[in-house]
Amino acid sequence: MSVISNIRARSASGVATADGAAAEVEWVPSWSERRREAMVYLPGLLLPIAILVVWQLYVSAANVSPTVLPTPIRIVTQLYEQREIAWINTAQTLEEMAVGFVLSVIVALLIAFVMDNLRWVRNALYPTLIASQTIPVIAIAPLMIIWFGFGLLPKVLLIVLVTFFPIVVALLDGFAATEREAMDLLRTMGSSRLQTFRLVRFPGALPNFFTGLRISATYAVLAAIFAEYVGAYHGLGIWMSQSKSSFRTDLVFGAIGICALISIALFALIAIASRFVMPWHYAARRKG
Amino acid sequence: MEAATTRAVSAGVELHGVSKTFRDGRRAVQVLKDIQFTAEPGEFVSVIGPSGCGKSTLFKLVAGLERADTGTTEIAGKAVEPGDHPVAYMPQKDLLLPWRSVIRNVTMPLEIGGLGKSEAIERARKLFPIFGLEGFEDAYPFTLSGGMRQRAALMRTVIQERPLMLLDEPFGALDSLTRTEMQEFLLDVWDRFGHTIVFITHDIREAIYLSDTIYVMTARPARVRMKISVDLPRPRNIDVITAPRFTELEAELLHALREENRQQEATI
Repeated sequence: MSVISNIRARSASGVATADGAAAEVEWVPSWSERRREAMVYLPGLLLPIAILVVWQLYVSAANVSPTVLPTPIRIVTQLYEQREIAWINTAQTLEEMAVGFVLSVIVALLIAFVMDNLRWVRNALYPTLIASQTIPVIAIAPLMIIWFGFGLLPKVLLIVLVTFFPIVVALLDGFAATEREAMDLLRTMGSSRLQTFRLVRFPGALPNFFTGLRISATYAVLAAIFAEYVGAYHGLGIWMSQSKSSFRTDLVFGAIGICALISIALFALIAIASRFVMPWHYAARRKG
Repeated sequence: MEAATTRAVSAGVELHGVSKTFRDGRRAVQVLKDIQFTAEPGEFVSVIGPSGCGKSTLFKLVAGLERADTGTTEIAGKAVEPGDHPVAYMPQKDLLLPWRSVIRNVTMPLEIGGLGKSEAIERARKLFPIFGLEGFEDAYPFTLSGGMRQRAALMRTVIQERPLMLLDEPFGALDSLTRTEMQEFLLDVWDRFGHTIVFITHDIREAIYLSDTIYVMTARPARVRMKISVDLPRPRNIDVITAPRFTELEAELLHALREENRQQEATI
């Protein structure tokens, strides 16, 4: 396939890639390149499949009791049979995570914004924030149940508590990395502090923000499960706990599998959002 | 004609007895000492001196980013007050924001000044052909070459229509061919818009080629060592560097600078 066929005239909008004053063109990957790109994801997919196959073969060959270790096939079929209960519990956990994570991001943005703009708030708040992260979730989760009951609130609070900190730290680092010269330049243009924040400091911190978000996302699932585990009406955590007590190991694994899928989905969602919010970041990375 | 192609109202700068001292821990470092400096309206003035001598501090004072300890800074006969923004400033790094298209980078100072987005874009669009960037309005800065980025940064400076432009080694990071092109281009822009330009550089040839007047600064604390009028005819093109008068000026400046550099090294 010739190089020329890879280049397509660019429409008025979109990203122009041109070094000289030559034509503005867009690189259209060929099929072989797409295949090569797909190959990057293949090992990540093959490894879990290989593990499942070995697991299945070992358990059937060694005749392990399903109470100790069920086969992957049994887990999936049992999960399918219990799909209504599985869905009720999954929906509950998803709701907690959605409310908790969105709230966490809002709280983190507000705190980081205030801390960046008011030095005394930053100095006052930082030690307390760090200390708040040393509180063991194991200790605080049962207390949350005592204080706020079995409903949505304690779960949401626990998720916020666990996830907002990495986002705040990432944002503060991002703000602080703003070039001194860029701030000076904007000042000569007559920019106010707030304008400088909006125009330079905040957009410049976006890559950091999304890194913090990805770290928090994994914590969010853990926090939700843990909060439910110690007391809830519904949710994957309490379902795991109940299934364990009734020796339904297959359903415990089923719930774990759902958790893993939720994590991956959340990760993917954040990746898509970051590409949508920062097309410039990815375009620049592709180039060099 | 449209605003984009009219000549700017140019203003002169005058610094009298300006000194500035910074605290570095417990040490006080005097950076500027009793500076006398004048740029007439519409004049192209270069400032050269040993690196680290305090040229950029001088700019920050004029741009209102720092306050002098003593002395007066006047632009168009008016003292610069804190909060004034009488100059358009172009730093060595282009500082184009990677998340904004080229045109949105150029319009940024106008938007900060409160002009509506569409109006600002309208005004910027007229400048693109002059700066040879037509067709790159919506491109991201990272797609541009070094010279193109610097032209975009210069456009962002010119669009502010301030009577005085401060250029802090704007071509320092460019390769020599691109640099020469940018120098010619800057003279065109200056000719067209008629700003007063104060230009910091390390490059003696660049200073002579571009300027009406050159100030040579001493090693830290910086004072004005000498002031040279470049009496080469205008319009100049790059062939001027072979003129005998050019060579004379170059030798004179080179000697002065080498002496200052030696003193600078002795103090470090």
